[in-house]
Amino acid sequence: MAANPMSQFDVYRIGPEIKVGAFDISFTNASLFMIISTVSILLVFNLGSKRNSVLPNKMQLLAELSYTFVAKMISDTAGSKAKPYFAFIFSLFMFVLFCNMFGMIPYTFTVTSHIIVTFILAAFIFIGVTVIGFIKHGFGYLKLFVPSGVPAVLLPLIVVIEIISYLSRPISLSVRLFANMMAGHTMMKVFGGFVISLGLVGGWLPLSFSVALTGLEILVAFLQAYVFAILTCIYLNDALNLHH
Amino acid sequence: MIKKIFFQSIFFSFLFFKKAFAAESGGMPQLNPEFWISQIFWLVLTFGIMYVVLSKFILPKISNNLESRKSQILENIEAAEKQREDGEAKLKEYDEIILKSKMEAKNIFNQTREKTLKDIGAKKEVLDQQIDDEINKAEKEIEVLRVSAPDKINKIAIETSSELLEKLIGSGVNSSSISAIVDDLSRRNGDKYYGN
Repeated sequence: MAANPMSQFDVYRIGPEIKVGAFDISFTNASLFMIISTVSILLVFNLGSKRNSVLPNKMQLLAELSYTFVAKMISDTAGSKAKPYFAFIFSLFMFVLFCNMFGMIPYTFTVTSHIIVTFILAAFIFIGVTVIGFIKHGFGYLKLFVPSGVPAVLLPLIVVIEIISYLSRPISLSVRLFANMMAGHTMMKVFGGFVISLGLVGGWLPLSFSVALTGLEILVAFLQAYVFAILTCIYLNDALNLHH
Repeated sequence: MIKKIFFQSIFFSFLFFKKAFAAESGGMPQLNPEFWISQIFWLVLTFGIMYVVLSKFILPKISNNLESRKSQILENIEAAEKQREDGEAKLKEYDEIILKSKMEAKNIFNQTREKTLKDIGAKKEVLDQQIDDEINKAEKEIEVLRVSAPDKINKIAIETSSELLEKLIGSGVNSSSISAIVDDLSRRNGDKYYGN
């Protein structure tokens, strides 16, 4: 790998170029890691749900703890009405978490460090939540932009701000995850470069920083997946239980 | 502090690697739209398949497992509770039985003791009677012996003295005169010997 800390985010083709019409859908390293992540998720949870013993083994415990963790997160933030969307939020959380975590292994590619991936996820959530809101409440969903208890004078301003904040949701959601992952990995790469350039004499300091950053980045990888999922729950809560 | 050092080091790193950067293509690979369509396609494909498999096959199984475990644990707790109650009832019953048998044992013991005491009393009376009879009989015999003893002694004394006299004198002596002397002596000494 080159010394450029950004080269770890390069997407390159694996195998031949596949074109459907004008679109290039070639298999890339990003696709490879998406497949690795999803296959790992399916494998882990398939193993974890295969046997049903009263005393669970490690895999079963892992699967059941994840299940109850996400279920609790959803019921805490979005209430019982969000139960039909449990599978989606569970998949979302696991996908982001596994992609982030696989990115922590050296020489791997971090799928979620690409704005297009996070943006597509966020846009899908945004559109889905908006559609659910309009289906559940009709045009009453627009009341979301009119907070109660606001003086009439301020109302036009507030409504504009609310609309802007609502429309910026997919952007903030996607940029948060993408920027966190990119910044973290760049940082680690930079420190790794320092270790090489300072050599045996001075390389220990950046090396220790690298070690600490690895821990921090693992935390961030989990935290960002959690934040992504919980914000989805909060948006879903707005759509399901309209109380402004 | 750490943050400051960190940002400073990033800044210096950019100075160090400026040449390397210049050689590489600048900017973020994320903003290069060359593979955007490919990434969208593979994201939708992998995420979609994962979502379908998770929601249709795996998550219901996990939820099922959790539910069945919950109900099983509840059942077990109920069964344990029931068994505990049963055990307590049995313990009470046991205590009652023990108490009852203790009372019975006490009763039997008391009855037996009374009966035995009665028996012993009766037997003792009979024995006392027998002993008294024996004593009376023996006293009577003694009395008879005592009464008959002086005569026998007198007789023996007469015989002995007559034989003695025969040996001393050589000829027979009138036994009637000897007996008269012996009678006289015994009457005198009889009071001394027999205390009558």
